[in-house]
Amino acid sequence: MPDPPDVQAAVEEAHRGEWGLVLAATARFVGGDLSLAEEATQDAFVAALQTWGERGIPRRPGAWLTATARRKALDVIRRDAVLRRKLPALAASASEQTDDDEEGDVIPDDRLRLVFTCCHPALAPEARSALTLRLVCGLSTAEIARAYLVPEATLAVRITRAKKKIAAAAIPYRVPEGPDLAERTDDVLTVVHLVFTAGHTATGGDELVRADLVARSLDLARVLASLLPEDPEVVGLLALLELTDARRDARVGADGELVLLEDQDRSRWDRTAVDHGLAMLDRGLRLTGPQHPPGRFLLQAALAAVHAEAATWEDTDWAAAVLLYDQLLVVWPSPVVALNRGVAVGFAEGPAAGLAALDRLAPEPMLARYHYLPAARAELLRRLDRVAEAAAAYREALTLVTAEPERRHLERRLATLPG
Amino acid sequence: MPRFMYVIAVDEAAMANATPEQMEQMMTAHNDWGKAVADAGATVIAGDPLAPSSTATTVRHAEDGSPIVTDGPFAETKEALGGYYILECADGDVALALAKSLPAGTVELRPIVDLPS
Repeated sequence: MPDPPDVQAAVEEAHRGEWGLVLAATARFVGGDLSLAEEATQDAFVAALQTWGERGIPRRPGAWLTATARRKALDVIRRDAVLRRKLPALAASASEQTDDDEEGDVIPDDRLRLVFTCCHPALAPEARSALTLRLVCGLSTAEIARAYLVPEATLAVRITRAKKKIAAAAIPYRVPEGPDLAERTDDVLTVVHLVFTAGHTATGGDELVRADLVARSLDLARVLASLLPEDPEVVGLLALLELTDARRDARVGADGELVLLEDQDRSRWDRTAVDHGLAMLDRGLRLTGPQHPPGRFLLQAALAAVHAEAATWEDTDWAAAVLLYDQLLVVWPSPVVALNRGVAVGFAEGPAAGLAALDRLAPEPMLARYHYLPAARAELLRRLDRVAEAAAAYREALTLVTAEPERRHLERRLATLPG
Repeated sequence: MPRFMYVIAVDEAAMANATPEQMEQMMTAHNDWGKAVADAGATVIAGDPLAPSSTATTVRHAEDGSPIVTDGPFAETKEALGGYYILECADGDVALALAKSLPAGTVELRPIVDLPS
């Protein structure tokens, strides 16, 4: 009989690695009923704690859990069928299937169906990431609520409502085909990127939970890249997340302060993650061509690579960055991208050119409340020795900034202006 | 097969000022959409334009259950309920694709609840 700590560890490892697979396979088995699949998956993990302790840890934990979850789901269907005499056909066909594949066969795109369903455009955007973290990654509603700083009850309602809508609106449990696939893949990538950003950006809240969001989004990006290996944007997202996350240790100073890219100790970047990210970027770029120009995730990964490949901030190839921003603006015409392009122009062609580019963005309503625009202007004015205007721009940025580490950074910059 | 209701919102002022040519174009667009519905393996069960919201009557109920009749639609907005379709189709993805191609500015797509017979 295995030691209880070993069983606990094996169940935790399976939960981390197999939850999404088990739930996805169970959901297919019960015709896309996600609530039933979730309940049955949960029950299977509870059963594993006991059964594995008594009979040993199975050779293939995922297969054991899938077979168990299906049996649990079947129990519910049979019970309901007896109660309502409504689903005898489904119960019968399900029981035939389960006798044949006691091991619980797992077809590779099961998780893909689950992800596409969780990220369906008919669901509210904030519900998509919550549902993905719950059903695909197996995070509890309490963990997701802590990560997003919302009350657990609010989050539970959000997830329940989304599951009800999937059922009521007959949202199919399948991977979209044809022209829909690219558009729906973009929806999925957006959700994964948002989960990463929520974990990566310092917005307060529980440090451990946020690190978990980063790890889960990287897991999701890897799963997607293995299931859709021919899609340059999918590969591009993985490259982007790896290259960005490689800087994690260097982003926070000894005093807990946020360290800007410019000031980071590049020897603290995770070289393995950088190398893997660069390899992914290379693979993604080779999948593009005249018919498939690089999209926003691949281009952002290429921009992250410009920094990853520079030994120092001064070595940054800003001309390459400007070209990449130009391409990015074509596929993603966002004022925030134009703002970042302006900053790159400031380094590639000098502060006066950068300032001219930023000043063209001043009337943009989307940037009116965005502290980064006056902060970027302040840096350029500083380099042009226009000290009074720089100070005014820092002060404007300080009236708009919300995150505490960024506020402290702006205050330091203002205080160190030459008087 | 699931059924869906397409609730179409229209700008009534623009509708009132539409020229005969514009009305004709709208009819053609809806006829073309009917072909797209058939191509998607879906069926139009019903579909009609509605008389303007100035002709609407809303019935609410007071706390004691007595009906209160008011002149006008649910909510006074720039856009008003202008027409509807009821379709039967394979699933929510087909329904959503057809909602996107429906020749109308704003469409609310609602699943129809099947009551047990």
